[in-house]
Amino acid sequence: MDSVNRIRDDVAGLWSLVKGLKVTGTCFARDQVTVHYPRAQVDNLRTFRGPIELVESPDDPRRPRCIACMTCAGVCPHGCITVVRKKPAKMEKGTEKGGGSDKGEAKKKARKGPATFTYDYTRCCLCGFCVENCPVRSIRFSSRGYLAGIDKGAFVFDLLEKFGEEERSQKPEPGVTSPATAG
Amino acid sequence: MSYEFHRFFYLLIAVVATAAVVAVSALILIYLERKVAGHVQRRPGPFEVGPHGVLQTVADALKLMGKQPFRPDGADRLLFWLAPILAFAPALPLLLPIPFGPVLTGLEVNLGLILILAFSGINALALCMAGWGSNNKWALLGAARAVAQSVGYEIPLLMSVLSVAFMTGTLNLSKIVAYQGPWPWHWNIFTQPLAFLIYFVCAVAETNRAPFDLPEAESELTAGFHTEYSGMGFGLFFLAEYTNMLVVCSVATALFLGGWQAPFLPGFWWFLIKIYLLLLIIIWFRWTFPRLRFDQLLNLNWKWLLPLGLANLMGTALLMKIF
Repeated sequence: MDSVNRIRDDVAGLWSLVKGLKVTGTCFARDQVTVHYPRAQVDNLRTFRGPIELVESPDDPRRPRCIACMTCAGVCPHGCITVVRKKPAKMEKGTEKGGGSDKGEAKKKARKGPATFTYDYTRCCLCGFCVENCPVRSIRFSSRGYLAGIDKGAFVFDLLEKFGEEERSQKPEPGVTSPATAG
Repeated sequence: MSYEFHRFFYLLIAVVATAAVVAVSALILIYLERKVAGHVQRRPGPFEVGPHGVLQTVADALKLMGKQPFRPDGADRLLFWLAPILAFAPALPLLLPIPFGPVLTGLEVNLGLILILAFSGINALALCMAGWGSNNKWALLGAARAVAQSVGYEIPLLMSVLSVAFMTGTLNLSKIVAYQGPWPWHWNIFTQPLAFLIYFVCAVAETNRAPFDLPEAESELTAGFHTEYSGMGFGLFFLAEYTNMLVVCSVATALFLGGWQAPFLPGFWWFLIKIYLLLLIIIWFRWTFPRLRFDQLLNLNWKWLLPLGLANLMGTALLMKIF
């Protein structure tokens, strides 16, 4: 009886072969699900964890939220982030010393922020420590899914670039030396 | 001009034409295979070289030809280089006795079927030599599998072919085709469906195609017997595989599907259509079925195909004797 059952099982197994052919056959006839890259791009990159970028400040979209606290540079396991603090302007210093009535305005002018924010994507492992540890949530993953280049230098990003000339003009004075400004 | 010279000239043209058919159909088949694979997996397949990637195989062939022939240290020089040539060389005699059309037969011989079966046996020897000569454990395992598989599956294949030969009373492929009529119910598949099934399964196994591609199982043996081959050495094995597919499908068409016999179109086109339908089915198999385990492979052969083939042969013999 056992062998009869086995033969029956084997014959029933033949039907599964036909089923398999049907599955691949219908897939063959259906539309493609892959996107043909140079000609078309996917549009669901919202959740993509691409190279990091700086978040705009809520009250001034021309400035980053970053307060140049250096936490990101510290936690980064590969040291791909180099931040240089902005030097407080002399005038602002004076007003601070004077103290008194317009303290709030002076504070606003003396806002902390980065002078340069360099990010070496070639060394980044996208671990997200900087994103998690930023106290002001100034770093997020970008959705640049189609990033490509033929040169290693092309992947060293100046993250302040998108904030325009205003931030860049406030670079530290030539006398101040730091590894980031040397490069 | 003498008769001998005429015959020799005819054969020469036939051989050259066969070689051309082999080369062109290999290009088409490889393209077809990759396109089918792509579409089954719902991606486009080759697309960049030429419109819809039609020139991809040409580019690949050029690349293979341009590569340096390379022999690993410790490999047997003679066997290593002889194997790919021996794998591909039988392709031409295999296609010669096949009737591609009413008058389109390269070599009209009485024992065409025997010729094909005999020459197709060389393939196992070539794989064995490649595996042995490569000085590589995967290649050797692949060769061992190839021999066990080819020897095993040749027997039920022979039996299914024999049952057709019993019916038609000849081993000449042209006569077997002539025995069948133009409509499907005149074909041998109608009277010998089981033999066709056995033949087709064995043919897929004989050509080492998935799901019977154990000799070159990528996931287990890297590339099996051709692990150490690159450039044209690999190219010849590749070409041999597709040529063998062409041969088994041509024989299946001639034996079971009425060969060039069919209504409306000229015979040659029908033969091509039938061959390519069978080839498409084999390609479809490859992208559907997972590879068999080795014990399953041999069980299928010795416990199913062989007894069924034997029973079919006996039944055919009995019926032929009675009627």
